[in-house]
Amino acid sequence: MSVARFWRKQPQRYNLIGTKCEKCGRLFFPPRTLCPDCRRDGNIVEHKFIGDGTVVTYTVIRTASDQFKRLTPYVLAIIELDEGPRLTAPVVCTPEEIKIGMKVKKVFRKIAQDGESGPIYYGTKFVPVK
Amino acid sequence: MREVAVIGIGCTEFGERWETSFRNLFVEAGVKAIEDAGLTGDKIDEMFVGNMSAGRFIDQEHVGALIADYAGLATNHIPSTRVEAACASGGLSFRQAVTTVASGMQDIVVAAGVEKMTDAGSSLSTDALAGAADREWEGFIGATFPGLYAMIANDYIHKYGLTREQLAQVAVKNHYNGARNPIAQFRKEITLDTVMNSTMVADPLRLFDCSPITDGAAAVILCPLERAHEFTDTPIKVLASTQASDTISIQDRRDISTLDATIAAGNRAFKQARVERKDIDLVEVHDCFTIAEICAIEDLGFCKKGEAGRLTAEGYTALNGTLPVNTSGGLKACGHPVGATGIKQVCEITEQLRGDAGKRQIDGAKIGMTHNVGGTGATVVCNILEVC
Repeated sequence: MSVARFWRKQPQRYNLIGTKCEKCGRLFFPPRTLCPDCRRDGNIVEHKFIGDGTVVTYTVIRTASDQFKRLTPYVLAIIELDEGPRLTAPVVCTPEEIKIGMKVKKVFRKIAQDGESGPIYYGTKFVPVK
Repeated sequence: MREVAVIGIGCTEFGERWETSFRNLFVEAGVKAIEDAGLTGDKIDEMFVGNMSAGRFIDQEHVGALIADYAGLATNHIPSTRVEAACASGGLSFRQAVTTVASGMQDIVVAAGVEKMTDAGSSLSTDALAGAADREWEGFIGATFPGLYAMIANDYIHKYGLTREQLAQVAVKNHYNGARNPIAQFRKEITLDTVMNSTMVADPLRLFDCSPITDGAAAVILCPLERAHEFTDTPIKVLASTQASDTISIQDRRDISTLDATIAAGNRAFKQARVERKDIDLVEVHDCFTIAEICAIEDLGFCKKGEAGRLTAEGYTALNGTLPVNTSGGLKACGHPVGATGIKQVCEITEQLRGDAGKRQIDGAKIGMTHNVGGTGATVVCNILEVC
């Protein structure tokens, strides 16, 4: 992944900064620059999500591409943030621990690395709330 | 708008075609289709080819021109266009060709699909296929394509209580059908145990819940219905060809285990064709994973949500069932050369409606349907075909 492609997404990936349509109040993560409901009448501004949420569904990845092979088996989930939007993210727990309905919160973690000496990509993972 | 007919079909054998290149796969399918239609190449007005990712799989773009060239049509300078919607690329190619003939723009049009997948290693293919979903927000964090369907499966199981056996029965049925299809990648029956004991890929999906990596190509020839009898005694009429889109990510869907694009494309198809669900004699659905067939049967409206697993286990969708699903063996057993799949589905329905499907023939089949999904449901193409 090119440096610029990752750098553009840093605020979203590091700090869960999405967007909000000020006209209808709808929140977006991943961020959208056009509100599907208000379209050109909408007014999109940045919105920072707290990072607390609930597991809606999940899987345990056991076969991955080279970049993620060292992490297998790893847990991925769709998480519904308390503010409403859903995102797909890794959950730091064992395959036995993950459950639908589980409460989770965001943490800042390494996601992947381009080869041996390439850039390291950081981003948001989630951990169970005890 | 003019009515449109399928007058020729051709499929390569699907599988690990190490000896055959991308371009030769296309030529093999194209020549079969042209021979089937009793045409000569110089009669072709235009071509469309569905292809997901020649750029990743074989480092080749500009596929429209390449196939026109190796089909020997470059010097005729016919328009030849690649269309792409991930795994629905073939379906899209068919719909583009139907629209082109129906509109009166062209008379004899080829709709093809081709994918050469085994030249890439398994890590590269896993990564390329993940590009059918959202690279920035799914692929980036390590979501594989089976992983996304696995999350659909877990959501479905949570809501409707589908059993592991019911899910496995989809694969068993499709292998039974594939064993009766001479072009299928896996012409071998399997048991429930084979599926349930296979390697876990992404929980709860095991290796035998997943369609394979496949090389293959398929082509069909279309013309206005009014001219079809110039070429064939058994034209197959296109009653409907529809397409719908949805969010690229499953996270943004109204319901994770319902493909709203399937509902939309299906409803449009039944309306356009002016037929009812009960009129459909057989259907080829997009079973890239076993759970995808379960969702497809329900989202197309053949049964209520939550019922398809039970119906599958009871044999409702079997070759001798009330509604045979995936007589070709589906993506699971016939194979899934991504860009070719949507066209292969049309070839299968055409063979069935002509009565040429041999050991997997559905007696007296008059109307058949195809359902082709791109990604995790962001594009869906449906077609309904009828014996003339």
